[in-house]
Amino acid sequence: MIEALTLTLRLAVIVSAILLALGLPLAYWLTFSRQRWKFFVEAIVSLPIVLPPTVLGFYVLVAIGPLSPFGRWYQALTGHSLAFTFDGLVVGSVLYSLPFAVQPMAASFSSIDRKLLDASALLGASGWRTFWRIVLPLGLPGVFTGFVLSFAHTLGEFGVVLMIGGNIPGATQTVSILIYDQVQSLDYATANRTALLLLVLCFTLLTVLYGLRRSSGWNVWEWK
Amino acid sequence: MSASTSPALDGQVRVRVRKCFQGPSSSSLSLDVSFAVFAGFTILFGASGAGKTTLLDCIAGLQTPDEGQIAIGETVLFDSQSRRNLSPSRRSVGYLLQSLALFPHMTVQQNVQYGLAALDKSERAARSLQTMESFRIASMAQRRPSEISGGERQRVALARALVTRPRVLLLDEPLTALDAVTKSRIVDDLRAWNTMCRIPILYVTHDREDVSALGENVIVLEAGRVVAQGPPHDVLNRPQSETVAQLAGFENIFECSAIGAHPEQGTMTCRIAGSALDIEVPLVRVNASLPLRVGIRAGDILVASAAPRGLSARNVLAGTITSLQQRGVTVIAKVDCGAEFEVHLTPGARQSLQLEPGSQVWLVVKTYSCHVLQNSG
Repeated sequence: MIEALTLTLRLAVIVSAILLALGLPLAYWLTFSRQRWKFFVEAIVSLPIVLPPTVLGFYVLVAIGPLSPFGRWYQALTGHSLAFTFDGLVVGSVLYSLPFAVQPMAASFSSIDRKLLDASALLGASGWRTFWRIVLPLGLPGVFTGFVLSFAHTLGEFGVVLMIGGNIPGATQTVSILIYDQVQSLDYATANRTALLLLVLCFTLLTVLYGLRRSSGWNVWEWK
Repeated sequence: MSASTSPALDGQVRVRVRKCFQGPSSSSLSLDVSFAVFAGFTILFGASGAGKTTLLDCIAGLQTPDEGQIAIGETVLFDSQSRRNLSPSRRSVGYLLQSLALFPHMTVQQNVQYGLAALDKSERAARSLQTMESFRIASMAQRRPSEISGGERQRVALARALVTRPRVLLLDEPLTALDAVTKSRIVDDLRAWNTMCRIPILYVTHDREDVSALGENVIVLEAGRVVAQGPPHDVLNRPQSETVAQLAGFENIFECSAIGAHPEQGTMTCRIAGSALDIEVPLVRVNASLPLRVGIRAGDILVASAAPRGLSARNVLAGTITSLQQRGVTVIAKVDCGAEFEVHLTPGARQSLQLEPGSQVWLVVKTYSCHVLQNSG
């Protein structure tokens, strides 16, 4: 169980870190870009929310498998396939948790008064400086929420992991897969303990998140 | 243009802009203006929806004109022909947005220093302190915008815009929300600052009191066009459009039709629409296809309690007072002569004539107190 737990936590940390780096520019672009085909990207980003994890997992499996150009390129580069490996899980989880990172970030960016961005530009600031000094600090609650949600969501995912990673202890067996495994072998007592662990972990995370948002003055900057 | 040879024209702002914009009630209007602004205060006056903010946005680079050229001195900011369009961050235009847009998560000092990123730390501190002192906000340097008053926020926004030494300052109705005393103090400080730095200041307002109080120059904008331009005194005394007329304080504006001209007397007769009332006004060239309006200042109308005789004034109109209202030292009388006139009197005049609602009066208006206005299109 410890093995599955550390693997799950490792996966969640890596995935939420990648999503932070990927989600910030993506959310920024989705919020402020005037591109006409933005809606198209928005739909793609939101797809994992409605898509059954098995569908997403299946396509990712095909895409990273040895039959696809990407899979072949990856195999030539590293010597092994992405499918049924930890790295494959990371790829699948990043895609699967993408909306949970991007949407809160984009929501908090879009609540920032555009006039502040204009004011920043009028004072000679580059887009880069405006992002770091204005957009990021004012959008921080949403960025934090996106980070925590993508972390928690990765902890609990099941379908995508099963499709891409299978069930290899130490390599791709996460806590949720382990629970499934224990139930399949009718070991309800152990399954109960494992499930409880995941429940407590996720609940704690969300409690801390919402508690912080409520108390620590995330909103002291607003005034009218 | 000999801007390079004349130091006086060095910092002038030349604007020629054409742009479609969204007017009030989402009708589409087009801005089509061409003017130059020199160092000192220039008032941009117009009703809301006349295109004032759109114009400032174009100068600052927040909106792109459909066509035209914008330049400060020798520097071309925008030129549709050569496809030049400097980004707002490279225009050195100070712009006080109507909402001020102070950064809420930064202190007053951080706000003021924001535009000084290129300077080193000590110079940045020195320059921001100096500017904060000029605008009397140094004592609140460590407070956030949410912790200071409205007037103080205006000062912070001014200091933040001016600390970067912009080549032109744009103000979009910045002081409308303030009480008169606070406002005049801020204006005094801005004026003091400007005697040192002498840059063009384009001040947008729809408050006519600002015009005479601030303007060295006034540009009147109506539905996207410049309808008058010049020193306030000249613009206000020869109003030709309705916007200018309201600006000049014409409480009475009547839709009229010209019914007869008397070239030998230099007058013409106009009938006020919806009444049988004729008034004599100066003879001017008017376009008969456009609506004609006559503006009369409420203070230019005399009131008599008995039918006056032997007057040079051509217009003597009998009527009845419908209401009397005292505001400060002015009594505002509404008089029904077939059309409703607003007349301003002193409280003393009201007493000596014993005016009450219902009193029969005669209004006396000189021909030259009647100003013929015609909209430009």
